[in-house]
Formats: sequence, C-alpha cells, structure tokens
Amino acid sequence: MADYTIKVRRFQPESGEGPYWEKFNVDLEPSLSVLDALLQAKDRDDGSLSVRCSCRAAICGSCGMKINGQSGLGCKTQIGEAQELAEKKASVGSGDGTIVIEPMGNMPVIKDLITDMESTHWTKIRRVTPWLLPHGEPPEREYVVEPESMIDITQSMACIQCGACVSSCLSMEADPDFIGPAALAKAYRFVGDPRDAETKERLHDLAHDPHGIYDCTHCFSCIDACPKGVAPMDQIMRLRRKAGEEGIEDPNSGHHHELAFVKIIEKKGTLDEVALPRESFTFGIKGKLKPSKRAIKEVIGALPTIFRTIRRGKVRSKWIAPHHKLPGGAQDEVKAIYEHAEEHREEFNLYIKGEEGDEEAAIAEGLEPPPHAPASEEAAQ
Amino acid sequence: MPTHDVLVIGAGLAGQRAALAAAEQGVSVGILSKVHPVRSHSNAAQGGINAALNPGDSWESHAFDTVKGSDYLGDQDAIAVMCEEAPEEILHLEHLGVTFHRNEEGKLGTRAFGGASAARTYYVADITGQAIMHVLYEQLMKHSDSVARYEEWFCTALAMDEQGECCGVVTRNIADGSMQLFSAKAVILACGGNGQAWKPTTNALICTGDGISMAYRVGAKLMDMEMIQYHPTTLAGKGFLITEGARGEGAHLLNAKGERFMERYAPNKMELASRDVVSRAEQTEINEGRGFPDGTVALDITVVPKKRIHEALREIVLVGRDFAGVDITKEPIHIKPGNHYTMGGIKTDIDGRTNIPGLYAAGETACVSVHGGNRLGANSLLDTLIFGRRSGADAAGRAKRIEGSRPSRGALEAEQASIDEIAAREKGSGRRVSEIKQELGTTMDAKVAVFRDEAGIQEALEIVRRLKEEAKSAYIDDKGNIFNQDILGAIELGYMLDNAECTCVAALERKESRGAQYRTDFPERNDEEWLKHIDLQQGDDGPEISYSEVTITQWQPEARTY
Ligand SMILES: Cc1cc2nc3c(=O)[nH]c(=O)nc-3n(C[C@H](O)[C@H](O)[C@H](O)COP(=O)(O)OP(=O)(O)OC[C@H]3O[C@@H](n4cnc5c(N)ncnc54)[C@H](O)[C@@H]3O)c2cc1C
Ligand code: SF4
Ligand code: SF4
Ligand code: FES
Repeated sequence: MADYTIKVRRFQPESGEGPYWEKFNVDLEPSLSVLDALLQAKDRDDGSLSVRCSCRAAICGSCGMKINGQSGLGCKTQIGEAQELAEKKASVGSGDGTIVIEPMGNMPVIKDLITDMESTHWTKIRRVTPWLLPHGEPPEREYVVEPESMIDITQSMACIQCGACVSSCLSMEADPDFIGPAALAKAYRFVGDPRDAETKERLHDLAHDPHGIYDCTHCFSCIDACPKGVAPMDQIMRLRRKAGEEGIEDPNSGHHHELAFVKIIEKKGTLDEVALPRESFTFGIKGKLKPSKRAIKEVIGALPTIFRTIRRGKVRSKWIAPHHKLPGGAQDEVKAIYEHAEEHREEFNLYIKGEEGDEEAAIAEGLEPPPHAPASEEAAQ
Repeated sequence: MPTHDVLVIGAGLAGQRAALAAAEQGVSVGILSKVHPVRSHSNAAQGGINAALNPGDSWESHAFDTVKGSDYLGDQDAIAVMCEEAPEEILHLEHLGVTFHRNEEGKLGTRAFGGASAARTYYVADITGQAIMHVLYEQLMKHSDSVARYEEWFCTALAMDEQGECCGVVTRNIADGSMQLFSAKAVILACGGNGQAWKPTTNALICTGDGISMAYRVGAKLMDMEMIQYHPTTLAGKGFLITEGARGEGAHLLNAKGERFMERYAPNKMELASRDVVSRAEQTEINEGRGFPDGTVALDITVVPKKRIHEALREIVLVGRDFAGVDITKEPIHIKPGNHYTMGGIKTDIDGRTNIPGLYAAGETACVSVHGGNRLGANSLLDTLIFGRRSGADAAGRAKRIEGSRPSRGALEAEQASIDEIAAREKGSGRRVSEIKQELGTTMDAKVAVFRDEAGIQEALEIVRRLKEEAKSAYIDDKGNIFNQDILGAIELGYMLDNAECTCVAALERKESRGAQYRTDFPERNDEEWLKHIDLQQGDDGPEISYSEVTITQWQPEARTY
C-alpha cells in the first residue's frame, strides 16, 4: 500500500463554473491502476467525480483519459508508474510531482473525465462505411481465405474504440475534420479483408477526401497512445500503400512524399522533421540520436511494397530535406533492417510476431530482424 | 413517448442479436443500453464459441457434453436447439465479417475447450467476444434505419398494463438525467449477469443483475439462481480472467509442490475437466495447504509454444504483464477460482418467453436452461446468440399479432419519485452506497462460493437482508442531472441485493451437491429428490420457492467423471 495524490481536471456542467483542478489523496498498491485510484476517490470522497468505466481490464474502451499529458486508458496505467513519470517530469521542471489526470483531447468535455465521443469519434467511424460489403450471396459454408489475412486484420479488429489515439492525434488538432486514426484503422479492417468487394471504392474514397489518408503527418502519437497495439498509423500507411498499388491518384502527392520519406531514412537513418525525430528516433537530445526499435518497426511495416514500386521505377523522389545523420553503427543497423524487410516481404503484426522485446520466438519463426538491430527500449516510451 | 414494436434492453451479444433478428421481420425496433453497446461485457469473452461444425463432429456430441457439463440440470430440449442451430449461427457470423481463425486450408479452425469431447471452439485470437460484438455493432450501424439505438440510457423498471402484460419500460437518459417512458409491444431483457454482487469477480462493473431484478420485481419467475460459476483461473485480488483457452492450448495447473494435481481429480480430462470440477480441485489444494501462501495455485503456460501464445493468447500476455507483472511466456502465473458467470436467471422457454406476456429474456440474464448446474466454456456466447435471435424473432411475431397498450404515466412518476427520494437523502443519513456494495461482495464471496454449507449461506442471507434495509437510507453525493453515476450506483445496488438474496435462498433450499452448488453438508448429488429446478417469485417476505421439472429427452443422468 502506498499513498498517492492525484490531481484531476474537473468540470461540473451544472455548477455554472468553468473547469478547475482538484487533488485527491488515495492509498493503494502501486500495481493497481489510475482508474482504481479514481474509483477510490469517488467511493470515499466525492461520488460526483465522473469517469466512464466498466471492464477495469482494458477491454471495453470506456476509460480513455490523459495521464500526465499522455492519452491512454486509466485502467491500464499503473498508479505506481504514473507516479514515477510525474516525478520524472517534475525533475525537469514540469509539474509538481503529482499525477495529473485530464479528459481526452480533441473532444468536447461533458463532465469531469467524460467526453463527447459521439460527435468526434463515432461520426467518423460511421464515415468509413464500417461494415463488410461482400459480393453477391454468401457461400454455403465459410468464405475460404488466406489464414494470414485474418490474422492481419485482427490487429485492427483489436481496436476497442477507446479514442485514445484520437485524443493524441496532432493532425486532428490542426484539422478537426481529419477522419482520424481510429476510423482509418477501422477502414483498413475492411480494405484488408479479402471478403470485402469494395476495396477499390473504399480506397478511392479515402484517398480523395482532403481529410483522408493523406492528412496524417506520421507523428506516431496514435501508436504510442493505443492500448491495444492497433498501431493506427501503420494501418493508415497500409491504406496509402494499397491506394498506390491500385493506381489511385493521390491529389496531394502524399504517396510520393511517403516514398521519399522512406528512402531518406534508408540512406541516412533519420529525417529532420519536427515530430518524427521527437517521437521515434531520439529522446529529445540532439547528437544522441538513436532509432527506437518500435519506431523503426512501424516504418518498415510499409516497406515491402514500396521497394517493389521503387524497382518498377515508379519513384520520383522530389523532396529531400536536410537532416541529421545517425551516429556510429546505428546507420548500418537501419540499413540492415531495411534489407531484412525487403528480403522477407513481411508485415509487422503483433498477432503474428509477438510483443516487443520478445525476439526469441520471432527469430525462430524467421520473422524478426537479426538481433543486432538497434534496441533502445526507453526511446519508445 | 418513444414507441417501438420490439424494445431490447441491453446491447451485448444477446441484445444486439435480438434486435437484428427482430428488425429482419420488418417490425420497428429500439435497442437501449446503459453503456455504449461496444462497451458491453460480451467484449470480455476471450476463449471462443462452440459449434459442432467440423466434419466428424455432431450436434448430439456437443449436446451430450453440455448435458453432462450441466450435471444433468440443463433442459435437454433447449440444449438440443442450441447445439443444432450452432453451426448455422457461426457461418452467419462469418458471413457478416467476423475474422474467425483459419486453418492452413483457409477454412474455419478450432481449439479445444474444457468439458468438450472434440475441438469445436471457434475463435478470433483471444478477442472472440469483442470481435463478434463489434461486427454485430457494424450491422446495427448498417441497419440504423430499422433499429433505433439509445446509447447510454438506463432502464429503471418495466411498465405493465392492466392485464398484467409488459408494455414498455421506464428509463433515464444518462446524458441529461431526464426520465422517459417507452412503449413497446414486446420487451426483451438482455442485461447480462450479476457478478458484481461478488467481490472479486471477472465481471465488469456494469454486471449488476439489473434485468434479473427488474423482471423479478414485476412477478417474473427466476430459475437456478443458486448456480453461480466460479472460474478456475482468475487472478487473485482483482479477479481478472485467464481464459480457458490457455488450458485448451495445453497449459498445466500446478500446486506449490509443483504437482500437476488434476491427476488426482480428473485423470482423463486433466485441466480440461468441467469448470466446477477444476475449481473444486484447486480450492481443495489450497484449503489443504498445498497452495501458495497467497491462497493460489499456479497456471503454467510456458509449456505452450511461444508462437502459439502470441497468435492465440495475446490478450493474456497483456493481462499477465499489465495486471500481474508476470511474463506468462516465461513463468507460471498464480491463479484461483473466482466468481464468473450466472447460470440462473429469468426463466424462459426456447423462444425467450417468460411467464409474463410481452416480456422476453435472453443471454446471461435468462435461464433457458442450457447451462444447468455448470456452464461449459464457450457455450455462453452461443447461448446469447441463439436465444437472442430466437427471442427477437418471436417478439417480432408477437408485435405483428397484437394491438398493444400504452404504459401509464404512473410507472414513470413512481420511478421519478423514487429517484428524487434517493437524491434528497442527507449526507451522513446512512452508509455510503460503496460501503454496502463492498460488504455485499465480500460476504457472498466468503459464504456462497465454491464450497457452501447451511450455516454459511444462512449467515450470508441475514447480512444481505440487513444490507437491503441499510440501502434504503444510503446517501449519494451527486445531486445533478447530467451523467449522474452516483444515482445509477444506488439503483444498481438495489438490483444486486435482490440477486444475492435469491441466490442465498435457492442455495439454502438445494440440499445436495450438483454442478456449481457444492454443499459440504450434502456432498452427494441426489437425483431422487433434487433433479429439479428451483423457481423463485417475489413474495411479500422475499422470494417464494416452487419447483419445475428438468426436461430429459435422450440422456439419462449418469455419474459424472472426467
Ligand atoms: C472475463 C470473461 C470471459 C468470458 N469468456 C467467454 C468465452 O470465452 N466464451 C463464452 O461463450 N462466454 C464467455 N464469457 C461469458 C460471456 O461473455 C457472457 O456470458 C455473455 O457475453 C453475456 O452476454 P449478454 O449479451 O447476455 O450480456 P452483456 O454482454 O453483459 O450485456 C449486457 C447489456 O445490458 C445492458 N444493461 C444492463 N443493465 C441495464 C440497464 N439497467 N439499463 C440499460 N441497459 C442495461 C448493458 O449496458 C449491456 O449492453 C466470459 C465472461 C467473462 C466475464
Ligand atoms: S500518426 Fe497520423 S493518425 Fe496517428 S496521431 Fe499522428 S497524425 Fe494522427
Ligand atoms: S486504435 Fe487503439 S487507441 Fe485508437 S480507438 Fe482503437 S484501441 Fe483506442
Ligand atoms: S474500464 Fe474498460 S477499458 Fe478501462
């Protein structure tokens, strides 16, 4: 048992007052969750403290919130870890070391931690025609499909519609009409489904919508926020790649942009874009650039087809920005990953190859990059 | 007044399936849920769903396993319906888009589950419930012209007409706190189980037995309420579930001495014996001092190949890591039996009809009874879908046949008054709702769990009755209208107390050991006197008991060994 203080951003719509901060003292095991802490405060001190929750186990998607500024699930964030992060932040001059809990971003707040997901999340889910559109009558028995194809889309099926990715999305902040990470991941679930007959129409629709697949800026925030390993950005990249393969014209040249982007990383190991190095390749300190394993995995998710395209001579890289070079051996390691990815033509999918840091099994299956691949776990945090 | 031909309360698998089936018949349908539909507890089902669809398997074999699993308390006509219709239901789901696991040929693949004589569990990694439910919700979105969704609406009571038929419901719109009367020619309750009356439980916070209690309060019969399943593999403390799929994939149960103790209890089926059998075996090991000091035994998943773990058991890798700090691919995880499933519920026939005209029930809320004394793993999702569909279709038929009557405003006013009364209680006038809930949960887990006896159950019943009194003056803090979860918590407490009282009364009554009901004072199954259902109906001083026959068609009761 340990004592914690949580600082909650509250809003009581019927009070006539604006949002305010309130601190609650709680005592619980460090392994219990931020949601447990909130429920303890609600049970003991103030029953009007409002938060959606049900499963307590990161399954129902109710309890999306921001904890110490990061979007995620209250029930999946351990209170002990939240405290450590708060203290770490305080040591570099941000905050006073108490755990800060706020409602999700990019959504109107209804009451305390409860946000309006209907207007910001569900309308967008409905925007992508979220149901299977097969061709003709179903077969007498099941559709016979590639076993891997089902495992592949199971990654986006794993989405629990919690909205954490939406809360964290930088593009959404700039363009509230952006279809957004969750809805686009949902779209991939149908585009990647061999039983769906409208693949091309779906891709065309998503490519031509100015708030569609090319509106994402690769900021990686959604990947970090997602509690279920859906990696929405990855799914968006797959949509872009498939759109490219289908020969769908991209009104914003986003596909070419992406090819150039990939090539630069292969050559130099990093890209001088504001968000990208921050989220994926560095821990904020220049000169100590080290690619995070996770970030690289995400990038190569999109590679195999792109290599194919490069070979077919479709690439016109027209956008080269100045950039930092990776120090020492890191550059070679990036190259090694590329080579591996090209060789194996594979997708990185948690359902196929397991969790981060669990290389043994994956190597045994021939699915994991060789062990000398860069491993900077903390950079991914 | 919102008016529908068929109104479904609850949007888990049973509710969503019922709504879609009713809409197919061309009637107007509404579906109402206290949480957004995809937040429903059906999400939590990891392991899978049973059907005899493989060549070489047969529905009779599935049915026999179910009958035997139920300790012969399941009704065999209902079980036959469920097992016969299962293959078609799986194919229907597949056609709608569920991403079921495939074998190497690209056809549907299966895994083994407890109490089953063949591998007939279909699954989507270990997110089967979630995957099916999100696909059904896709269909609800697709059919939004014919099914109106009321998301985050809380049902507080059923409305009855003068003939004693159910003609609507009273609800609270959670978003603004307004009370609303709904009119319907048929109401289907699909409100899930009552696990929150126990603590710890694998059930979500919303599983408070609302449907069972609301039906009971208007005179519906409840059945098999003593049959509460304890799942063999839950995490100590919070009660999180480790899916039976782990044992299906080959994981072992070990006591503190490292012995695979199931050898002594179920030498043939070992870890894959029925849940009641495995839970009792574990509890015996723990009680007799062969468990770990934290009151647990160990589940060793490291014997399952890693690739298979990632492909099929990923969710429990995460549960182990995030909620127990254990890497299940590298070390055994400590587990114990924990409250999991409500076998009993509102008594229905095979079309979901209760003893009250116009009132239907389906899913965990209902008791058809296909699970009898013990539910087999992966049979519950099947139950929700088959009987959800049948209820929806039958309710639509009724709606087409009858005129229907309007519910009276009186029902609405009574509910409003009772809510106003709760809100008006002064702080300090009684106990906090959360305190009463806590005492209820720990009492039930201590006294009405894996092993029971008369003294313990009696004590629990007395505590529950005291808590019922205390609940009448329990106060809440939130006096507002918008998203007042405090009020809902007070109402749910009342539902849970009804459920607990009924369970205690039925558990006291059944003086034998069968399925989940193990009485240390009556350790044998007694077919002569107790091969019958216990039915309960609300009387003046609590539940009144009556009995009904168990339907036996082709499988005569036998001794149950695994
Ligand atoms: C951890 C876990 C794992 C499981 N794994 C499996 C498995 O592998 N295979 C299997 O077959 N079964 C499994 N089960 C059991 C199965 O998941 C449930 O029995 C089943 O999903 C119940 O579905 P349901 O539709 O009846 O109810 P639920 O899904 O619980 O839905 C209840 C609905 O009713 C609504 N509701 C309740 N009260 C009210 C009210 N007052 N007003 C308005 N709406 C209300 C809720 O909002 C919700 O929408 C598992 C259960 C648990 C807890
Ligand atoms: S990667 Fe794209 S979709 Fe994801 S958060 Fe960033 S901008 Fe949004
Ligand atoms: S993609 Fe991940 S973060 Fe986004 S809604 Fe789905 S589960 Fe939540
Ligand atoms: S409570 Fe269900 S996801 Fe957190």
